[in-house]
Amino acid sequence: MRKFALTAIAAAFAVTAFTGTAARAAGDTPVPAAQDWSWQGLFGTYDRAQLQRGFQVYKNVCAGCHSLRFIAFRNLEGIGFNEDQIKAIAAEYDIEDGPNDDGDMFTRPGKPSDYFPSPFPNEKAAAASNGGAIPPDLSLMTKARVAGPDYVFALLTGYEEEAPEGFDLSDGKSYNHYFPGHQISMAPPLYDEAVEYSDGTPATLEQHSRDVVAFLNWTAQPELEARKELGLQVILFLIVLTAMLYALKRKIWRDIEH
Amino acid sequence: MSQTVHSSGDHQPDENRRDFLTLATTAVGVVGTGVALWPFVDSMNPSKDVLALASVEVNLANIAVGQAVKVMWRGKPVFIRHRTEREINEANEVALNELVDPQADDARVEKKEWLIVVGVCTHLGCIPMGTATGEARGDYDGWYCPCHGSHYDTSGRIRRGPAPKNLEVPTYTFLTDTSVRIG
Amino acid sequence: MSAPQWNNKVVKWVDDRLPVISMLHHSAYEYPTPKNLSYMWNFGSLAGFVLVTMILTGIFLVMNYTPHTSMAFESVERIMRDVNHGWLIRYIHMNGASMFFICVFIHIFRGLYYGSYKAPREMLWWIGILILLAMMATAFMGYVLPWGQMSFWGATVITNLFSAFPIIGDPLVTWLWGGFSVDNPTLNRFFSLHYLMPFVILGLVVLHVWALHSVRSNNPTGVEIKTPQDSIPFHPYYTIKDLFGLGVFLIFFCAFVFFAPDYLGHPDNYIPANPLVTPPHIVPEWYFLPFYAILRSIDFTILGIPAKLLGVLAMFASIVILFVIPWLDTSKVRSSKFRPVYKWFFWLFVIDTFILGYCGAKAPDDYFMGIPGLKVIVMGQLSTLYYFVHFLVVMPLVGKLERTKPLPASISESVLKEGANA
Repeated sequence: MRKFALTAIAAAFAVTAFTGTAARAAGDTPVPAAQDWSWQGLFGTYDRAQLQRGFQVYKNVCAGCHSLRFIAFRNLEGIGFNEDQIKAIAAEYDIEDGPNDDGDMFTRPGKPSDYFPSPFPNEKAAAASNGGAIPPDLSLMTKARVAGPDYVFALLTGYEEEAPEGFDLSDGKSYNHYFPGHQISMAPPLYDEAVEYSDGTPATLEQHSRDVVAFLNWTAQPELEARKELGLQVILFLIVLTAMLYALKRKIWRDIEH
Repeated sequence: MSQTVHSSGDHQPDENRRDFLTLATTAVGVVGTGVALWPFVDSMNPSKDVLALASVEVNLANIAVGQAVKVMWRGKPVFIRHRTEREINEANEVALNELVDPQADDARVEKKEWLIVVGVCTHLGCIPMGTATGEARGDYDGWYCPCHGSHYDTSGRIRRGPAPKNLEVPTYTFLTDTSVRIG
Repeated sequence: MSAPQWNNKVVKWVDDRLPVISMLHHSAYEYPTPKNLSYMWNFGSLAGFVLVTMILTGIFLVMNYTPHTSMAFESVERIMRDVNHGWLIRYIHMNGASMFFICVFIHIFRGLYYGSYKAPREMLWWIGILILLAMMATAFMGYVLPWGQMSFWGATVITNLFSAFPIIGDPLVTWLWGGFSVDNPTLNRFFSLHYLMPFVILGLVVLHVWALHSVRSNNPTGVEIKTPQDSIPFHPYYTIKDLFGLGVFLIFFCAFVFFAPDYLGHPDNYIPANPLVTPPHIVPEWYFLPFYAILRSIDFTILGIPAKLLGVLAMFASIVILFVIPWLDTSKVRSSKFRPVYKWFFWLFVIDTFILGYCGAKAPDDYFMGIPGLKVIVMGQLSTLYYFVHFLVVMPLVGKLERTKPLPASISESVLKEGANA
């Protein structure tokens, strides 16, 4: 019977393992290499400096085409900005508001409670400006792809200037090793020195990519640190409680032959 | 089962241990359950996006003397009245001991020409009339609540009717002479 | 049952008028339970715990969820980001669905192994299958609510199953949708039913427990309780054992909630629903995979019945067949412990369901475990075949032909013997 129980538990794990691997079915696109990220593991946390660098990359490069609609300026507190910095950042943006007393829409400087404005007024405009492809919103990008952070990193660093011999690349598309079908509408967005870092971090393509992925992982999972911290407390508590319950169970059952 | 059969020899000292263990385990379990319920209760508190909208800025430049406006703050109306000289005098002339909820006008305004109060009747939450031009202002030139007949004066203080308290004054700061932030 | 004498006057006053306290006392306190239940008997109460957890988290999620196609996805993200502890409540609910199925599947396999469906427990077994069906419907509709890509396309694919039925198929699907595709009316009715169904399940659980307490628990030997020595009162023995099991289970549950909350989900559901683009690889949640594999494995026509309809019928049959196994199993012995031949078939069946699950997760043209020449679809067909052969052929035949091991005279005897061997 103990064997039965163990088998059943092993089976439960196996089921979960199955689904995990099943989702990786990829066709002819290579599986992105697993990277080391600071937030992995039981104790992993975000690196605030890295998040701020990644935000800088998003703001100066990605934001030209990609929205970040679930993030408000006030959320930037989570990557280590203080209230005044957040106000200053928000004020750099023009936010459409209204209607005013005359019934007209107007623009005003952003406030912390505003959300990052979308670069395009609507999806049609986005498609029209980008050769028919709509640049996806990035708020949840690293959660919306299998092995998201690794994939986005691989994608950003996986461009090839020339498509391989015999590959029929359409006009306006770029060749990318990791994009399904290899033809991607986004031209290589990052390159060495794309953004100047104020903290002296070398501004390489790889570093830019790594930083922006970190930032996007934060936009997708801003609760990650709180979640893990609470998780450790909860599990420690449960271990203690379960041990006590086990001791009590042994006591209560000690005179029962079973 | 691989559980061995226990001999039931030494019972006495064990009884105490079991009692202590039962108590301790129950205590830990009850505390754990209690703490586990907190996230559910807390989820009903105002969320972060709601709190982020908890202040509003109002431009006062377009409010002429004698006029009043309503603005939304935290889902409730706030009355902003640009008081006339006569209204200010009325608010100051009344003796405090005549009031239901005694409070000097000075304590309710920051600049005497601007009266800013939460426009919710302190009786049962209706919106008193008297802000828009031409609306009934009640017997004391302030506001009149149509639900149960409470009369407020030009300082938003309750003068007659069932309401127990003066109209609430929100926290606000003047950013410039013509703009104010409520909340 | 003799009602106990209550000392507390208030308790007595209530109990004299509505014997609810006596009832609880009888069913959760003095209920005579076989003394030899293993930890495999923990999963019923665990499933009950998860049901309550799902209802509780669900009620609080609804306080912030908006069932409208233009706001559903946003409202879920608002729960994750802005609502206090919203991420925790949602992750518990999301992973709770998986936990519910883990408990219930183990509970069902335990019933199959120990013959818990055999007389006089047929009604108990039937209500259990109804609970499974209700759970599947609830889980499916719940998965639609976040209105992500998998929500939308899962809803589209599964509702389209009903179009397989001749004549009524198409009008039926239009009726289910409330339109000409999965859209806002569909989302609204799924939300309504997703909120309702858990309470239906709760009602079924009450019946399940009622039936259980009337026929008494089965046990690893499959021999009924004969003398008072065979049983012990439920409290404190099984309350503490269930609580200990709950502790272990919660550690497992919390490991997912806090450290791998999206592991059992699908990344595509973090992309808002888009009726113009189907994700390249549609997979249901893991707990539907074996059934999905059965559905897909029928790619041929029999007697002019089209493959689509056959697949749907096979999928429904794979659950409906559970209703008749009390009569398909011809063995006189309940527990597989004493059935040396059937025991092997049981494990073969367990492996078969895992293979089906694997096949359900893979594209039909992939190779099974990377084995060249062995397509997933073929392996799925073989496993589907065994699934039904197990019930329709193995159960009746092995039951008749097998020489079972001698049964212990009573639960106490078996306990004493095992105790001596240990």
